[in-house]
Amino acid sequence: MSIEVVNITKSYKSFTALKNVNLHIPEGELVALLGPSGSGKTTLLRLIAGLEQPQEGSILFHGEDNTNRDVRERQVGFVFQHYALFRHMNIFDNIAFGLSVRSRKTRPSKEEISEKVHSLLKLVQLEGLAHRYPSQLSGGQRQRVALARALAVEPKFLLLDEPFGALDTKVRQELRRWLRHLHGKLGLTILFVTHDQEEAMELADQVVVMNEGRVEQVGSPEEIYHHPANPFVYSFLGRVNLFHGRIQNGKIKLGEAEFETDWKDKAVEAPAVGYMRPHDVEISLRPPEGKSARSVQAEINHISLLGPIVRLDLKRLDTDEVFEAEMSRQRFMELNVEEESIVYVTLHNVSIYVDSQPLQTHRPSLVPLQASV
Amino acid sequence: MRHLTEPAYIRWTLIIVALLFLGLFLILPLVAVFTEAFRQGAEVFVASITEEETLSAVKLTLLVAAISVPLNVTFGIAAAWAIAKFSFPGKNVLLTLIDLPFAVSPVIAGLIFVLLFGSQGVAAPLLAAWDLQIIFAVPGIMLATTFVTFPFVARELIPVMEAQGRDEEEAAVSLGASGWKTFLRVTLPNVKWGLLYGVILCNARAMGEFGAVSVVSGHIRGMTNTLPLHVEILYNEYQFAAAFAVATLLAALALVTLILKSLIEWKTERQAKLDEEQHYDVTGERAG
Amino acid sequence: MRKSFRNRGFLPGFGMTMGYTIIYLSLLVLIPLSVLFLKASAMSWEQFIGTIMDTRVLASIRVSIMTSLFAACLNAVFGVLVAWVLVRYQFAGKRIIDGIVDLPFALPTAVGGIALTSIYAENGWIGQYLAEWGIKVAYTPIGIWVALTFIGLPFVVRTVQPVLQDWDLQMEEAAATLGATRWNTFWRVVLPHLLPAIITGFALAFARALGEYGSVVFISGNMPLKTEIVPLLIMTKLEQFDYAGATAIATVMLVISFVMLLVINYLQWKINKFDAAR
Repeated sequence: MSIEVVNITKSYKSFTALKNVNLHIPEGELVALLGPSGSGKTTLLRLIAGLEQPQEGSILFHGEDNTNRDVRERQVGFVFQHYALFRHMNIFDNIAFGLSVRSRKTRPSKEEISEKVHSLLKLVQLEGLAHRYPSQLSGGQRQRVALARALAVEPKFLLLDEPFGALDTKVRQELRRWLRHLHGKLGLTILFVTHDQEEAMELADQVVVMNEGRVEQVGSPEEIYHHPANPFVYSFLGRVNLFHGRIQNGKIKLGEAEFETDWKDKAVEAPAVGYMRPHDVEISLRPPEGKSARSVQAEINHISLLGPIVRLDLKRLDTDEVFEAEMSRQRFMELNVEEESIVYVTLHNVSIYVDSQPLQTHRPSLVPLQASV
Repeated sequence: MRHLTEPAYIRWTLIIVALLFLGLFLILPLVAVFTEAFRQGAEVFVASITEEETLSAVKLTLLVAAISVPLNVTFGIAAAWAIAKFSFPGKNVLLTLIDLPFAVSPVIAGLIFVLLFGSQGVAAPLLAAWDLQIIFAVPGIMLATTFVTFPFVARELIPVMEAQGRDEEEAAVSLGASGWKTFLRVTLPNVKWGLLYGVILCNARAMGEFGAVSVVSGHIRGMTNTLPLHVEILYNEYQFAAAFAVATLLAALALVTLILKSLIEWKTERQAKLDEEQHYDVTGERAG
Repeated sequence: MRKSFRNRGFLPGFGMTMGYTIIYLSLLVLIPLSVLFLKASAMSWEQFIGTIMDTRVLASIRVSIMTSLFAACLNAVFGVLVAWVLVRYQFAGKRIIDGIVDLPFALPTAVGGIALTSIYAENGWIGQYLAEWGIKVAYTPIGIWVALTFIGLPFVVRTVQPVLQDWDLQMEEAAATLGATRWNTFWRVVLPHLLPAIITGFALAFARALGEYGSVVFISGNMPLKTEIVPLLIMTKLEQFDYAGATAIATVMLVISFVMLLVINYLQWKINKFDAAR
């Protein structure tokens, strides 16, 4: 079942959690809501579930307006961050709860419930633990019980709030793989909240990046990593270097480095910012031939050996800006540099954003530019 | 949120039923005490509480509280220090033993002192030799009151001191403070509200105790009568207005106790909230 | 010995405070209490049983247990209601109501006793209306029940209230997402969680009611076989200088109270374990 979020605004006493959010989640997809804490992602999830009411806007399930429908009638499967398992019930009763609280008319028979619970226990690989209590299970097992409990009522889709947040790394890896497998098997629409970009990238078909109550970008992991819509998305998805400069005569100048652009209005002069991933920084001992326009000199301040990769802290000689470079250990050995060495640095794959205020366009305040040589 | 609460009509029904219950069982008796006290007019009221026997009962009640409360405060502090700041085998047994007087009926509390110090009691020959009287005298009233109020201060202090941990005390000692200085300057400021709370409850019970005191006092007017016993005597003599007039003194004590108690709770709650907010500032986390 | 002392850390004063605690506890509580058992054991078995099996004694035990039980039951039901209303709803004067719940702890029992008697006597504020329907409260077991409800009222409220305050609302949200109605959620999710606290409060109220004397003597009428409670009977025996009789009855009472204390401590331990498993 598809989910449509239209113009949702939600505010609490002192702050606005969501501002005019629009989102479409197609049927059968595994979608991640990614953002830092306080970005409104959990609020959005709770609004979709019906655990919160928006001030404005509407929520549609498969085209049908559900905005004013009670949470009990929405038939969503919700898995809470800390699972919210019923402590005084054993695993069987926890999973059976949603079925056994139905009114007599719609309640399945005892045998049917038992059958259903056991098939779910099998699905979540917890057969034989039916009579344990939540306190007797590990974190990963509790997580799976919470999933089974949500699935028991045959929800239209699954909503998971930080599903792996409380687990240690190894269990988290396993559960991610398992959730992916489950999604493939059930074909259910799954929406989950996470602040871990790696988790979102690894698991989701579509990632919704959120910040300060707004959706910043929606796209496949590939899209948002390689074509981030704005500086926030760029810097949220990994380590990043920042270079400040200006746009002049249709060219971007970041210190001594120069980039051609397809910028139409040559008369405009404005500040520009270049974003660059550390692993795109190319280091050489001699000036590179040909494309010297994008090459500058830098001094190595510090070298960190991080196992398979090596990270260098560098300082540009032209602008004194500090930045990072990452390379394989092998490349580092080939270079044979040490701290205080002066090297040539070529800036590849720089995403440049021009401050749009002088251009009098509205949000986002920085517009992306495709830089070329 | 509507899924976390009930429809308004259920909400208000529940509130009204709860308030009716409390009104019937708590507020009505309280109102009755004051109404009955003034039934025969203000003069009778004033005369009753300024009567010589009432005044001597007030004096005795204050004296008993002035002895038994400090005794139990000293014990409470010592016990809380030993139990909260150290670990030793049998701690739970000790805690249960401290609770014992709560489980003992006040009448039995009086009885055990009669069995011990009464005319046929275990210690009777000893007392006779020294010409001491405990039962049907003021010392017996003090003993029984101290027994009944025994756990109050310790019970309030132990959890508070346990929650404080012992890091701060260890820091103070490592900086060269003596045990006594550490207690006065580090522990006491941290637990002062808990201590006061215990003292207030202990005092209320000490002044109001009836059953245990009734057994050991002998009801000698003007001699071994505390305020609650005086109320009983007046009531049994059908001097209702006078009985209720004296009772207003005790009811006023109860109200003052409740107000102080609420103030302390409010204060500690606010402190806890402030601590929490500070914690948020440090970690930079935000709710919601 | 040395080693175990070192494990306690290096804070001073353990020996002194512990010693004082034990001596004070022994002098004031343990030795006097043991005198009761000493006196009881001095009685012959026949004498002891004879005292206890007396019709009047048995009747008083029955009256005490029945009225205490009913009072604790009433307090369990209304205690949960009051705690729920105080924690979950907003209304004017809530703070004052919350404070006044402790009145029975602060008000001397004798005062509570005469006040309740005046209200429920046949010419009292409530008693007169009940009398029209032929219901007598004062000087009947119902009167004892009213007095014991009064003195036990705070226990259930004060044990349930903190549990409700710490309660994780996500459990109720989880129940709602699974389609449970409000009533279902309360009955099947909230109430089972409160149960240990309710039972603890119930046991505390019951134990307190069993030993209560001050508030009951005025309202009960003290008729042997009908409205005579155990503490009152002990008092009567003492006034007749029947120390042996008083001792025997008190011993039975005390044993019941100790069992209650153990049950309460066990329940408290169980609640803590429950919460630790979160």
